[in-house]
Amino acid sequence: MHRRGSGLLLALLLCAGCRSAAAAERLTLATTTSVRDSGLLEHILPDFESREHVRVAVVAVGSGQALEIGRRGDADVLIVHSPDAEKAFLKEGHGAFRWRIMWNYFAIVGPEGDPAGVRGSPTAAAGMAKIAASSRTFVSRGDDSGTHVKELALWKAAGLDPSSFASWYKSIGSGMAAALRMAFEMDAYTLTDEGTYRSIPEVGEAATVKPGLVILLGGLDHPAEDLRNVYSVIPVNPDRHPGVQSDLARHFATWITSEGAAAKIRQYRIGGHPLFEPSPERH
Amino acid sequence: MSFDSEILLVAGRSLYVSGLATVLASAVGVPAGTVLGLRDFHGRRFLRSFLHALYGVPPVLLGLCLYLLLSKTGPLGGFGWLFTIEGMILAQFLLVLPFVTGLTMNAIQELDAALKDTARTLGARRGSYVRILVREARSGVLSAVMVGFGRAISEVGAVIMVGGNIRHETEVLTTAIVKETSRGNFTAATGLGLFLLGTSALVFLALTVLQERTE
Repeated sequence: MHRRGSGLLLALLLCAGCRSAAAAERLTLATTTSVRDSGLLEHILPDFESREHVRVAVVAVGSGQALEIGRRGDADVLIVHSPDAEKAFLKEGHGAFRWRIMWNYFAIVGPEGDPAGVRGSPTAAAGMAKIAASSRTFVSRGDDSGTHVKELALWKAAGLDPSSFASWYKSIGSGMAAALRMAFEMDAYTLTDEGTYRSIPEVGEAATVKPGLVILLGGLDHPAEDLRNVYSVIPVNPDRHPGVQSDLARHFATWITSEGAAAKIRQYRIGGHPLFEPSPERH
Repeated sequence: MSFDSEILLVAGRSLYVSGLATVLASAVGVPAGTVLGLRDFHGRRFLRSFLHALYGVPPVLLGLCLYLLLSKTGPLGGFGWLFTIEGMILAQFLLVLPFVTGLTMNAIQELDAALKDTARTLGARRGSYVRILVREARSGVLSAVMVGFGRAISEVGAVIMVGGNIRHETEVLTTAIVKETSRGNFTAATGLGLFLLGTSALVFLALTVLQERTE
């Protein structure tokens, strides 16, 4: 066992050696699970990878954690969608700059019959107020994710305080897929990103046992201004974190806000539905 | 994830990470456990309790600590091991080490208690006695290694934090199950789970055969 152990140890060290030699060719991108799970990156990244001869290592975590990874210099570039937290990140000096890539719209989904009458509301906040007024079940992520933060902002805009809600309000501390499944089981409402909703057709259009959840407000088909969800790219600031691949990160930001990338983003669909609207802006 | 060559690569990565971590932990833990099991020294009981307490270390806590240590701003940031296979192996090595050491120690100690008098009656010398003891303890030591491997291949908390679950790089079977579950792909997640079960069952089968041969 000793001999085998040391042989493997040697192999491990060699392997670590090759890795550090190849390290210059790896760009670490920290982003949110909703971006990864939408499948968009797999659709657009190969283009950048072959052009720059790099591997893009995608670490997909919650929005808050993605920014924290950047704050520690453990990623080279970020794609995130929580504007206020991003501004704080830049203000602290951790980001080189912040360019807009694209946007989409959150969606309020619920049962086809829409007992609370959310459909046709002028704003999402008004729709949420109707759910609260009807006391119909609402499933909340309750996990401080970008979507949860958005939901809380909408309640606030409607002049309501979730901590005062009765048992129709279910805070579950789980991911989007879990929340959608629960909403489907309970014929409840929830706030979702369009990508995750489209990627689980069995709780939506393709539900079999009973009618699935439908988009009542939001999404690219029924955009509501207060449901807009903006994605930005932020290269980590090399002055603050000297170890980062700043040139590559800058190339990445330039590429993902280019016309070519925009065309690919526009092309990307799940089940015939576009998920993102490119709106590149370098400022 | 489709059930193509990718799942085989992910399974291979699981075996590589957990296997190497177990082998390295055994290379350290088996000799250490043997020495600790043979020597009756001051504080052995305390050390034993300490090792047993380490059995309960939550992988996710170990992962978090290693994350902070291996981060670029952490004390071990210079290694560049965060979000790499090496970091994952280190995490599982640390997770497995107490098991291999503690269980080896127990196996040796029990045998030592049972054989000491017989050996002494037969007039065995210290050197040959230890050799016999270690040979006789093989089965127990292999069990220690198996428990260690079982802990490594099945854990998700440490490798998902330290490895970052990067597709084609640091994704292993357990972290792939977490990802597919969070995406709502329960079918794929279940398939991966069965694959994990099958993979570890094969390894355990091989180790059990080896164990029976040594008995």
